[in-house]
Order: sequence, then structure tokens, then C-alpha cells
Amino acid sequence: MAVRVQSAPFDAGAELGAFSAGRSSSGAIVTFTGIVRDRGTGLAALEIEHYPGMTEKALGDIAEQARSRWSLDDVLVIHRHGSLPVGAPIMMVATAAAHRAAAFEAADFLMDYLKSRAPFWKKEVRADGSDWVAAKAQDEDALSRWTSP
Amino acid sequence: MIDVLYFAWVRERIGLPRERVETEAATVRDLVEELRGREDRYDLAFTDIAALRVAVDQELSDFDAPLAGVREIAFFPPMTGG
Repeated sequence: MAVRVQSAPFDAGAELGAFSAGRSSSGAIVTFTGIVRDRGTGLAALEIEHYPGMTEKALGDIAEQARSRWSLDDVLVIHRHGSLPVGAPIMMVATAAAHRAAAFEAADFLMDYLKSRAPFWKKEVRADGSDWVAAKAQDEDALSRWTSP
Repeated sequence: MIDVLYFAWVRERIGLPRERVETEAATVRDLVEELRGREDRYDLAFTDIAALRVAVDQELSDFDAPLAGVREIAFFPPMTGG
């Protein structure tokens, strides 16, 4: 299991290659990569602030929760901070499991928790100003499907 | 002494990322009231605490959490990771 918080870019393909290498019992690997997207507002960059110390702890806790809920062979979480241009990778999760259901579900769970429970804050920087991205109620609602009985 | 940290727009409104605070406050909520009484910029940042989240010693917590033995408190808006 690895959790990385970094300002440097990463190569999602190379990460997948390294994560997949040498696995003999994992029949399924799922990855998700988040990319900085311009929603038609003329976005210049996304600035991502985080809480050093708590961030690593929160991501590690979320990854541990995923491992305790599903039978996973491995988990990778990468999340960047700093100023990221449009088209740049923001974050990535990868899960390895014997079968795809666990790998897909665990990746989905990791994403839902990363969105609302990891201490990152996004600010959109445009030519005409900048704004903090507001949390969406639907992101908070998405967590309930993992907690309801 | 408690280290108090601010992130995102809370940091911008208060005008600094962290400070050390001498306080006798019993809970996070009491600390917030103390800070609000200091200056307008704190009052402005903490006007609507329902819009804020708090971490106590780097764990998500709530405004009723006790401060005894706590080293670090952080205030921030709802997180937008992913």
C-alpha cells in the first residue's frame, strides 16, 4: 500500500505499469486518474492547498478502510497539491484484487472519501479572478451509500 | 498554548496560515467565540460555523470537542479533494 502527496506531476501510465508489475494473484486492477478540466470558464490553473501531516494521515486511513472492507492485494493513492495547469493529472487511485468487483468498488469508495474527507481545497484561477471551489452536497451524499446498513 | 491553523478562504479572511493562541477555552466552540471577539476579520471568518469544518490534532472533529491536552486545531471549509 502506498500513499503519496506531491506537487510534482506523475505519469499515470508509468504508475499503472509499476503497480501491475510482478502480480501473480491479482486478477483485476482498477485505476482512476483525475485531470484538471476547463468547464468553459477560461480556467488558467487549479491551485490545490492541503494540510501537511493531516493529509498523509487521512489518505492512509481511507486506504486502510478500503483494505479492511474489501479483499485487496494492494492500494495506491497519489494526490497532488500546488498550481496545476489544465490537462494535468491531479490524483490517481489504483486497486488490485483477485476479482474485479472488489477492485472497482474499492476504487469508487476511495474516490468518494478522497473528495470529502481528505484535507484538500481547490481554487480556480482564471484571467478575470479566482474562486474557491465549493463542496457539492452530492459528494457528501455519495458517502452515505458506504455507511448505510 | 494551542497551534491554530487556517486553510483556504478561512486563511484568506483571517490573513495568516497559523498562530499560537493562549487560551483557557474549554471547547472548540469556546475558542471560536474568543477569536471572534478579538477582531473583525476573525468575526467575519467565523460568522457561519455551519459552513466550517474543524480538525483537532489532525483528526476531523466537531465544535463541541474539548480542548484539554490538544496541541493543534485547524479550521477550514468543507474539503474538495479528488
